[in-house]
Amino acid sequence: MLDEAPKILVSVRGLKMHFAIHKGLLRRQVGTVKAVDDVSFDIYEGETLGLVGESGCGKSTAGRSILRLYDPTDGVVELEGQDIVPVTGERLRDLRPAMQMIFQDPQACLNPRMTVGSIIAEPLDEHLKLSRTERRNRVNELMDAVGLNRDFANRYPHEFSGGQRQRIGIARALALNPKFIVCDEPIAALDVSIQAQVVNLLEDLQRKFGLTYLFISHDLSMVRHLATRVAVMYLGKIVELAPRDALYSAPMHPYTQALLSAVPDPDPNAAERKERIILEGDVPSPANPPEGCNFCTRCAQVMDICRKIEPEWRDHGNGHYAACHRLGEA
Amino acid sequence: MTDAAIVEQGESAHRSLWGDVWVQFRSHKGAMAGTIIFGLICLLVAVGPYIHTIDAQYLDYRAKNAGMSWAHPLGTDNYGRDMFAQILQGGRTSLAVGLTAMVISLVIGTLVGVLAGYFRWLDGPLMRLTDLFLALPLLPLLLVIVMLFRDTLRAAFGPETGIFLLIVGVIGLTSWMQTARIVRGDVLALKEREFVLAAKSIGTPPRRIISRHVMPNVLSPIMVSATLGIANAIITESAVSFLGLGFPPDYPTWGQLVFQNQNFIDLHPERPIIPAIAISLTVISVNFMGDGLRDALDPRIRGR
Repeated sequence: MLDEAPKILVSVRGLKMHFAIHKGLLRRQVGTVKAVDDVSFDIYEGETLGLVGESGCGKSTAGRSILRLYDPTDGVVELEGQDIVPVTGERLRDLRPAMQMIFQDPQACLNPRMTVGSIIAEPLDEHLKLSRTERRNRVNELMDAVGLNRDFANRYPHEFSGGQRQRIGIARALALNPKFIVCDEPIAALDVSIQAQVVNLLEDLQRKFGLTYLFISHDLSMVRHLATRVAVMYLGKIVELAPRDALYSAPMHPYTQALLSAVPDPDPNAAERKERIILEGDVPSPANPPEGCNFCTRCAQVMDICRKIEPEWRDHGNGHYAACHRLGEA
Repeated sequence: MTDAAIVEQGESAHRSLWGDVWVQFRSHKGAMAGTIIFGLICLLVAVGPYIHTIDAQYLDYRAKNAGMSWAHPLGTDNYGRDMFAQILQGGRTSLAVGLTAMVISLVIGTLVGVLAGYFRWLDGPLMRLTDLFLALPLLPLLLVIVMLFRDTLRAAFGPETGIFLLIVGVIGLTSWMQTARIVRGDVLALKEREFVLAAKSIGTPPRRIISRHVMPNVLSPIMVSATLGIANAIITESAVSFLGLGFPPDYPTWGQLVFQNQNFIDLHPERPIIPAIAISLTVISVNFMGDGLRDALDPRIRGR
């Protein structure tokens, strides 16, 4: 970011999303799944914040909670200074146009019974009163913007390839000129050659419309290419948050180090020399996280204190945040 | 071709939904046959009594048990009533009962199913209500309801309309449970699909999510229930009439004709068989129509 202080668009403080587990004949609550547990970060206007982590660590849930698709258990989510967590009903509906989402599965996120034109026009119908011609012109504009042929407006989603379907989803997300878009693994279900196309499209659109992305992914190379800053999530918590280059060159948290060591290297010589940190065991259940640091069960550099006290979330300079006891002693 | 020409061509190639549906429906041979047969049955039943003008109730003792002739194309029964006139007259009632009862049960079943599937807090109460209705012994219940309300309704709406409303209402109110269960199951699955989540993130209110995203996608099971419902209603009406609590004996329906004439099946097999064939033809043709319509409404099948 440049000299002037960048404007914060989305500010998340202490966000918690817990799901109750009900069991037995009386459906009594026997526990909670802490899918997102006390997460805080800021997203600056015009940037792309990458959110990475392995499957089931709560990335998607975090994204959906921020968009208020779930009702968060606790915390504050400010969009342009307004807390949107307590907002409900009609007022929440009025806030929707500013924040949109691009989904992982381009097949499942489009209603098979609607034509592409009506899918893209749905946000327009919901929030604006347009005449038929205005509506059609706007749909055509959006289809041009995402590189879809205008003639396709009358076709159904099943007639398209995965990449084209994802473009339809992107066009729908763009329809209301949002400021903030949560991209929930938009490229995970796509072929590698198509992934590049979609990512380039996302970059072009960001430049053109000044969009801000929260880019959720488990593809570390893609995040490195796209993101301005990267947050690493493990078991419902963010363990490290740093500008892209700092995170990739000098990861602080042991989990981030392990994650980065798993990225395949295209150079076979370098790949051979590379030392991999192999994590043992599985991710603990988010319904029953370990005491102390969430990562203590699998960490290679674990200490006694890690099993007792939860590490503090601290700034280690230059916007590099991490939560680990190891860093405290250094 | 210039760019302008391409754009123009694209816009003129606009397809209308119902146009596509009709094209697909026409290519379904069974559905077309069903539509034609059902159309003919409706036409015959609607126009027939104006051409074949003998009163279905008229007792012609001198011509009882007559065979087929020009005066009585399908003969007469043991009281001398003209069979053809009875079948035409009975068809009007049977079709009206079948269609109306089907609509009632479909509306209730779909409403209960969608509400139970979509709103979690309604799921328990509504499905327990459905279970309650399923657990009721249907025929005794029908008989009690008819016994209790027949005279009141007759007094209020006249003998024919009164009994029609009663039968249709009772059949409709006791046959919606299967539809409700099937629809609920489908809605539960659909609700978790990402396009519903996408609609939520756009800010579409629940009522429009239901009408725009959920309903069109549960159309197939509803269609199947609808076609089976018509058959079911016609047959239930026959059973009630047979027990003497439906339409009065001098007011023919197809089911009643079958039951009245079944004693004569040895001597005059055509008398019960012809109304039975009418019932079967209606049911089968409606089934095929439903099948074709279901395929035509599904864009993934359309155009194959």
